[in-house]
Amino acid sequence: MINNSVFIYSEEQLTYKFNDDHPFNHIRLQLTKDLLQDMNALSSTQLLAPRIATDEEIGLIHDPGYIDAVKKCGHGGLSIGIANNYGLGTEDVPMFANMHEASALLVGGTLQAVEEVMEGRAAHALNLGGGLHHGFRGKASGFCIYNDSSIAIEYLRKVYGMRVLYIDTDAHHGDGVQWAFYEDPDVCTLSIHETGRYLFPGTGTVNEKGQGKGFGLSINVPVDAFSEDESLLEMYETAVWEVADFFKPDIIVTQNGADAHYYDPLTHLSASVRFFKEIPRIAHEIAHDYCDGKWVAVGGGGYDIWRVVPRAWSFIWLEMEEKLEEATGPLPTSWHKKWQPHAPVKLPEAWEDPSSLYPPIPRRDEINEKNHKTLEKALFHIRNERK
Amino acid sequence: MLVEEIMNQNVQYLTKTDTIEDAIHTMNQYRIRHIPIVDKEKKLIGIVSDRDVRDASPSIFHAEEHLEDFKKPLKEIMVYPVVTAHPLDFVEEVASVLYEHDISALPIAADDDTLVGMITETDILHTLVKLTGAHQPSSQIEIQVHNVAGQLADVAGIFKERGVNVTSVLVYPHTNPEYKILVFRLQLMDPREVINVLKEEGYHIKWPTGPEVHP
Repeated sequence: MINNSVFIYSEEQLTYKFNDDHPFNHIRLQLTKDLLQDMNALSSTQLLAPRIATDEEIGLIHDPGYIDAVKKCGHGGLSIGIANNYGLGTEDVPMFANMHEASALLVGGTLQAVEEVMEGRAAHALNLGGGLHHGFRGKASGFCIYNDSSIAIEYLRKVYGMRVLYIDTDAHHGDGVQWAFYEDPDVCTLSIHETGRYLFPGTGTVNEKGQGKGFGLSINVPVDAFSEDESLLEMYETAVWEVADFFKPDIIVTQNGADAHYYDPLTHLSASVRFFKEIPRIAHEIAHDYCDGKWVAVGGGGYDIWRVVPRAWSFIWLEMEEKLEEATGPLPTSWHKKWQPHAPVKLPEAWEDPSSLYPPIPRRDEINEKNHKTLEKALFHIRNERK
Repeated sequence: MLVEEIMNQNVQYLTKTDTIEDAIHTMNQYRIRHIPIVDKEKKLIGIVSDRDVRDASPSIFHAEEHLEDFKKPLKEIMVYPVVTAHPLDFVEEVASVLYEHDISALPIAADDDTLVGMITETDILHTLVKLTGAHQPSSQIEIQVHNVAGQLADVAGIFKERGVNVTSVLVYPHTNPEYKILVFRLQLMDPREVINVLKEEGYHIKWPTGPEVHP
C-alpha cells in the first residue's frame, strides 16, 4: 500500500497577489512550508512544483468568454465596465498583472495533486495554493478567480470516473463548488461555515440540498457566529462521518480554509488552532475507511496569515505524514528568527493557543443549542433515508 | 416589478367539459394545484383547485366506489367568479391580493378576460428572495439611522465613494419610530473598511458586532 504524501509548492504560486493591502496573501504558503521544513517534517523529495493548467482544463468548469476576460485583465486589455460584469476589477478581485497565469498555476497544482493520487504515486496530496471555492462558471467572486476545486472534481469525474466527496471547512460557504455540482449525483458537497445571515456570501442554508439527480447531495451546516471549538468540532465530526457513510465516496477532496480562528479579521467563529488540528485528523480517517486512503487537500481562506495559517496548514501535512504529535510545544526558533522581523504582529510561541485566547463568550448555551438544531436539519434527509 | 415579469406564461388549462379525471391527471403531470378553466376563446370562466378535486373524490376508505364521479365535467366543481390579476399590476399588489383572499394562486387575465398567465405564492416568495438579494454572493450590513430624510442617500454615498456595488437594500422600521434600520447587501467579501468609514462618520452599526448581542 502506498502511504506517502506529496506537497505541491513553488514560489511562483505567490504571484497570485492582488495588491499589498489585500487580505488574501499567498505569502502564507511560504510561511507554512518554512515552518514544516524548520521542524524537519518536509523533505525536498516530497515537494512537487505545480504546472499551469491548460485552457481546456479550466474550461471543464469555466466559460471560454470568462477565461478570455481574465487573460485580458492580466494584460490591461479590458475596460473596467466589462471587467466588472465578470466580477473582475472589483474591490474583492482587483486586476493584477498576469492574473490568468497566476490563477492557472493554482488550478494546475490542484490537478497535479489529483494526478499524484490517482496515478498511485501518492496516497495523499496537498496543494495549499488552491481551495478558491468562490469562483463561478463565468464570474470571479470573493478573492477567487478560477475554482480549482471544481475543476479538479470535474477532472476526477471525467478522467477517472470517481465519486467525489468535497468537504469544505472554510468559515465562508463553499458556494462556487456547490453550485457547480448542484445536480450531479456523483459529487457530494459538504460545507460547514458561519451562517450567511451576515457573512459573505450569504448562501449555504440547510435548505440548499441539491437538485434533480443531485438532490440530497449538497449538505450545508451553517453554524452561528461565536460557536467556538467544541461546538464546531461536534458539528464537523458528526456531519463528516454521517455524510461519508451515506455517500460512500471513492476519494475525498478537502478545502481547508483557515479563517474560522478567533484572530481572523473577516469572520466571527472564535475557533482556536485545536479546531484545525482535528479537521485533518478526521479527514485522514475517512480517507482510509472509505477511499483506500485517497485524499486531496487544498487551502482556502485564512486572513491572519502570521499567527493562524502557518500552524493550521502545517497540521494538514503533519497528519498526512502521521506526525501530528510532533506539533506540540514551542515553534522552531529558526522560523521565529526568520519571520518575526517581517511580521506586523507577535508570532505565536507554541503550536497550541493560550487558554486565555479570548474573553468568554456569553450566550454559549444558546449558540450550542441553535447549532444542534441546525445539524439535525442539515442531516435530516440522510438520517431519514438510512432508517 | 410587474406581474408580467414573473408570471408563468406556459399555463396548463382545461375547459368546462373536461372531466375531473383530466384535472387530476393534469395536476399530477405538471405538479400544479390550480387549473384555470377557459371557453373556446381562451377566456377565463372558472378555476379548479386540488381541494375542489379532493372534495369531489371518494374517501380513501371507499376508493373503489362511485368511480363514475371522476367522469363528471369540471363545470360541476369549478369555482367562479375567479379572483384574477392583470399583467401590469405590481407584484406587491398581487401579494396582498393572495393574502387578503387567503388563496395561493391567481390566474392573470388581460382586459378582455383572456387567460395570459398564472402566478402562485411560490413565484411571489421566489421574487421576494431575489429582491432581498440573498441568492447572490454578498455581505450583509445593518445600520441604525434617525428616521429623517436623506439618511439612505448619505450611507449610499459612502458606498459609491468606495466603488462598492450594492446588491440590495431594505429599509426596516425600528421598534422606536425615531429610528429606521437600513439593511444593505454588498458585493464584498471584506467589508471591514466600509464599516470603519461608517463608524467614523458616526453611524450605529447593528451588525457586524460583538458576541454579547443577539444577531
